[in-house]
Amino acid sequence: MVITNPKYEEALLNYNKKIADASVEDMVLNMGPQHPSTHGVLRLELITDGEIVKEVIPHIGYLHRCFEKHAESLTYQQTIPFTDRMDYLASMNNSHAFVMGVERMMGIDKDIPKRVEYIRVLVCELNRIASHLIAIGTYGIDIGAFTPFLWCFRDREHIMGMLEWASGSRMLYNYIWVGGLFYDLPVGFEERCRDFVEYFKLKMVELNQLLTDNQVFISRTANVGVLPLDVAINYGVSGPMLRASGLKWDLRRIDNYSAYPELDFEIPVGTGLMGAVGDCWDRYKVRVDEIEQSIRMVEQCLDRLQKELKRTADFDPRAKMPRKTIPKAQDYYVRCEGAKGELGFYFVADGKSEIPVRVKSRGPSFNNLSVLPEISKGVLIADLIAIVGSIDFVLGEVDR
Amino acid sequence: MMFNDIKLLLTEKFGEAVITGEETGGLQPALLINPDDIAAVCLELRNNPKTYFDFLSSLSGVHYNDEDNRYGVVYHLASIPYKTQLTLKVSKPHDRESADLPEFKSITSVYRTADWHERETYDLLGIYFEGHPDLRRILLPDDWEGFPLRKDYQAAEYYKGIKID
Repeated sequence: MVITNPKYEEALLNYNKKIADASVEDMVLNMGPQHPSTHGVLRLELITDGEIVKEVIPHIGYLHRCFEKHAESLTYQQTIPFTDRMDYLASMNNSHAFVMGVERMMGIDKDIPKRVEYIRVLVCELNRIASHLIAIGTYGIDIGAFTPFLWCFRDREHIMGMLEWASGSRMLYNYIWVGGLFYDLPVGFEERCRDFVEYFKLKMVELNQLLTDNQVFISRTANVGVLPLDVAINYGVSGPMLRASGLKWDLRRIDNYSAYPELDFEIPVGTGLMGAVGDCWDRYKVRVDEIEQSIRMVEQCLDRLQKELKRTADFDPRAKMPRKTIPKAQDYYVRCEGAKGELGFYFVADGKSEIPVRVKSRGPSFNNLSVLPEISKGVLIADLIAIVGSIDFVLGEVDR
Repeated sequence: MMFNDIKLLLTEKFGEAVITGEETGGLQPALLINPDDIAAVCLELRNNPKTYFDFLSSLSGVHYNDEDNRYGVVYHLASIPYKTQLTLKVSKPHDRESADLPEFKSITSVYRTADWHERETYDLLGIYFEGHPDLRRILLPDDWEGFPLRKDYQAAEYYKGIKID
């Protein structure tokens, strides 16, 4: 079938003409796909006038791995490893969202044992810390501070080690399953995690001294790339980036899923302490504050896991796993707070098979990145690097 | 505002024809909207102080692949002030032999989120959005042939003369 209607080609022709015209008047500059500051294979096409960026055209899709097509030919349980590969810096959060959606469709979300829920939240928050550490560390390196990057990776390594101990894999865990977990936590995990928390609290103080209050860092990030709240909402921006624009919007509190209603934590928002509300520094600071809140949550989870939800010899994390995962015919959109923002999965189930008819994933990075052309009009090229870094996207999730 | 109130609000504003049905069997009820009115409905739901659905969570295209070969678009709206969610659906039958793509109205003028989501839907499912400012492919290369998420998609054997294994 050849599609010939000329209006389908119109947008592409307009785009080609725009680039051709811009190469005469201004300069067209390609940033990426291999540019280190784009954090993966993102290509930004810049139309520049000297040092001023007039327009940014992002080109994505270099890491497209057909997640949605795969999900249409595999069962729900088999799709979980593929969700890990979306936001590969916070795999636990992805599979948690996916699994929650399937459990709600199956109607077994209320039967999940409390210990399983707490372990899920524990590993998710650990993974969120690891993801934010990368965001902070690589952001430092974009701006020219090398040391925080090494320190962040050193501390992240402890988390990787612990999660590897629990799941057997360093980054792509496949640990959270529909109806339960792969395995219970290994014996001694809670103690090791507590040691890490004590160690890490002091390291966060050091990191703040090194980067957060660093005058060079503040000069590069404050008042740069200001994202007003109404623009953020209209573009579907979510997560730390939306909170940095001054809105207290965290799905862990709004939807109260899993064990989060029983945990005590604050929602940090951007205040414009060093410049305007919603600038790059605010986005950075919200992540630093979120790490501290995540540590609080990890501690509370450990308290419960070591006292009333203590491991017992006969505890089976796979006890509630359905033998056949066949939800009744319906469609369902599940959303939860991933490390980068609102992570959603939309399922269409036909009620007959274990294979969904359609799965759409709404990656937070995809939407957060779409606001980039809007907030980088008229900035300097050097500031564009600061803005791109502050968005903290993962290309695996943008392209899926 | 509850589901039935929203239904009432829409029929009062746009007449009975705007809602073609509803799905209340599953966990999330959905309103089926007349495809021609979807942009106006979204604008009303976003701006009306009683609903304030100001956040478009997700926009998904679906190929139902039934007798009529229906294509649909599903909109998941969320309201930040009221902390509510709403699902809207539009769908149209499409002729399998036709060389044209199924067409829906773009809601980019209401939610800028829809910009990239509609490009993605166009890219993977071949749904054309009328009024979209820049409807190019987004994930696949510009010269890709066919729309992979369609149920009747045949995987290409060659890409630019290179055999795909």
